[in-house]
Amino acid sequence: PKDTVLLGHGGGGRLMQQLLEGLILPAFRNPALDRRHDGAVVEFGGERVAFTTDSYVVHPLFFPGGDIGRLAVHGTLNDLAMCGAKPRYLSAGLIIEEGLPMADLGRIVESMRQAAAAAGVSLVTGDTKVVDRGKGDGLFINTAGLGVVPPGVDVGPDRLRAGDVIILNGDIGRHGMAIMAQREGLAFESTIVSDTADLSGLVAATVAAGVDMHCLRDCTRGGLGASLIELAETAGLHIRLREAAVPVVEPVRGACEILGLDPLYVANEGRCVLMVPPHEVAPALAAWRAHPEGRGACVIGEVGDPRRGGGGVTVESQIGTERLLDLFSGEQLPRIC
Amino acid sequence: MDWTVGGDGVMCLAVPGRIESIREGGLLDRVGRVSFGGSIRDVNLAFVPEACVGHYVIVHVGFALSVVDEDEARRTLEDIRLIESGPAQTDDTRPRPL
Amino acid sequence: MKHIDEYRGREQARTLAAAIARHVTRPWTIMEVCGGQTHAIVRFGIDSMLPPAITLLHGPGCPVCVTSLDLIDKAIAIASRADVIFCSFGDMLRVPGSCQDLLSVKAAGGDVRILYSPMDALQVARDNPHKQVVMFAVGFETTAPATAMAIHQARTQGLTNFYVLVAHVLVPPAIATILGAPGNRVQAFLAAGHVCAVMGYSEYEPLARQFKVPIVVTGFEPVDILQGILRCVIQLEAGRAVVENAYARAVRRDGNTGAQTLMRDVFHVVPRQWRGVGSIASSGLGLTPAYARMDAERHFGLSAISAAEPSACISGLILQGQKKPHECPAFGKACTPEHPWGATMVSAEGACAAYYRYRRTEPVGAGAEGPA
Repeated sequence: PKDTVLLGHGGGGRLMQQLLEGLILPAFRNPALDRRHDGAVVEFGGERVAFTTDSYVVHPLFFPGGDIGRLAVHGTLNDLAMCGAKPRYLSAGLIIEEGLPMADLGRIVESMRQAAAAAGVSLVTGDTKVVDRGKGDGLFINTAGLGVVPPGVDVGPDRLRAGDVIILNGDIGRHGMAIMAQREGLAFESTIVSDTADLSGLVAATVAAGVDMHCLRDCTRGGLGASLIELAETAGLHIRLREAAVPVVEPVRGACEILGLDPLYVANEGRCVLMVPPHEVAPALAAWRAHPEGRGACVIGEVGDPRRGGGGVTVESQIGTERLLDLFSGEQLPRIC
Repeated sequence: MDWTVGGDGVMCLAVPGRIESIREGGLLDRVGRVSFGGSIRDVNLAFVPEACVGHYVIVHVGFALSVVDEDEARRTLEDIRLIESGPAQTDDTRPRPL
Repeated sequence: MKHIDEYRGREQARTLAAAIARHVTRPWTIMEVCGGQTHAIVRFGIDSMLPPAITLLHGPGCPVCVTSLDLIDKAIAIASRADVIFCSFGDMLRVPGSCQDLLSVKAAGGDVRILYSPMDALQVARDNPHKQVVMFAVGFETTAPATAMAIHQARTQGLTNFYVLVAHVLVPPAIATILGAPGNRVQAFLAAGHVCAVMGYSEYEPLARQFKVPIVVTGFEPVDILQGILRCVIQLEAGRAVVENAYARAVRRDGNTGAQTLMRDVFHVVPRQWRGVGSIASSGLGLTPAYARMDAERHFGLSAISAAEPSACISGLILQGQKKPHECPAFGKACTPEHPWGATMVSAEGACAAYYRYRRTEPVGAGAEGPA
């Protein structure tokens, strides 16, 4: 029966897009939501406040490079940062499954504390619920965040202009494959560590450098590919991506090859793209490369291809040919063929 | 479950990997630790008894199907260099062993 | 990555494309049999590097495309049982049966698991003695040896809760069907490199002689595919029709004799229904009597299940290279990856899905070749 929710509706692909466009977004039409960005920016007493929320259902709870707690805090810090905001306050809702070892919960809360402290934000409110065994996969976390958008900073898909250059802050595919490596049945031994990281410092450094940022987007569920496709569609502009310019470390490439996966669509948790006008490329790259989360910064493409109408992403392949990057439908499954 | 990794289909997805070590069992369950760019999987070597550490093998659904012939690999790339340099018509019709 | 990156070089690809253009004097139609090659052609835009005279047709080369509707419905019936753990490769989960797919069965509570290797299914069976563990064994001769090993080991280890729904198919009978069909347009074949890594390529020699068609064993990287096309063009232009091995680093003439021996012990050749094409004699593998106890179709008594394919769908003609995806009225409208009709739209490997993903901005009717 096609009338039930499938795993694919959460996969960051076309099914998820249809769920949002067809059922959820129409119920709440308003300007802030319609901007369709990682977070919303609203006016409060003369200040532009960024507000965002995200839920974390990762399994396993602990993985190379982090855990669900660190992921949850970083994810919301990053969503605020993608609005150009400086994060200030967080909330956390824990949905705990009966039977989760208290020691595990302790480790996760401690990594949430560390991640918030490192970013100089305070967790000011929250909620805790416990569900019956078998109803919760160990632990789910929802986090929400508030931040302030400094004056002069306006970041969003509507500011994209033809000619803008796309900068990526590092190699892709590490989070998704770090999780996949633990997956029972597909397990492989690898040195791959999740890239989960707080990007708010990177964005703050870019603001401090006076760079005119047109748009920022983190490349989480659905990877770099889905992020660029969504941005192109929202902004009604065409994007050109040079596949050879996108860094992928060898262990991630190897894992993707054996599972038949394309790194462009693999989830990241510490990667984002910045779109700036051409004259801002040098200062933006300098600001990013001077920051721990931007050391691998590189130019991977441009916005606006006059030969093409609105929306869509063209990829220049490694051998110089072109193809249209298409959003996968449900979710990507490892395959033999 | 966080399944969000990207991917398309290929009919017989088989990938070359380097044998790092071999656990000798009975012939049917001789298993190699094979590295694919640093990501390592156990691979059943039953179908390639001649394979040993340092060899590259073509791996499909956890099984090695053949050992990569390094000389043929070099010859394939050499053929292309011949096309690049050599005259257009005859160079690449050199009789090849069938 | 060694033995991959060397065959994705921009210069080598250009050199080979230029060599192909130099040799071509008239139009030629070449079919790549294998979905893996289709994927590489479309992902690396190889057809846009070729002279317009060359037409590449995508053959019946992916298990997702060719597995019959009956077998999908049987898989769904088994996976829906509460006492079953159903193991399958990820590819098969989205393939639509008559009314649903395995993903919907999973969403409704069925225990459907994705595995990387058939041997993993044995471990599932060992870990769940109270469950009936069933593996969906799809794929061509490349995958059959792995299934054979799992079945062989299941018997030697006395696993009594392990069953296999066998859907393996063979390439040569499919090629013979395509070449023998009236209206066949295929003049040369790129044979599937990894199928030949297992079976060798001697079984293609009678086909090349009988149908006077060059058959070139080809790999999967862009440079490999361009090599295969170049070898085909050179033969076509010279009026030759022999089997050539352009994937010598992985394929030898006799293939993998150890794998073939095990396959002969576990399987025998049977007629098989191909989705969109119909039944082809001796084109499938079934369990030999010694292993019949593990045959899921027999064990769950499913022979009664049969289903007719939607008539408006022309995936059979596309699979046989007689039509191109954009020549179908439903392409990109009623039939999309989200609501696929035929299997060639279901699989990301299928010709229709590949066209939809990479080409759908192509105006209907224009040749698919030429820059995107």
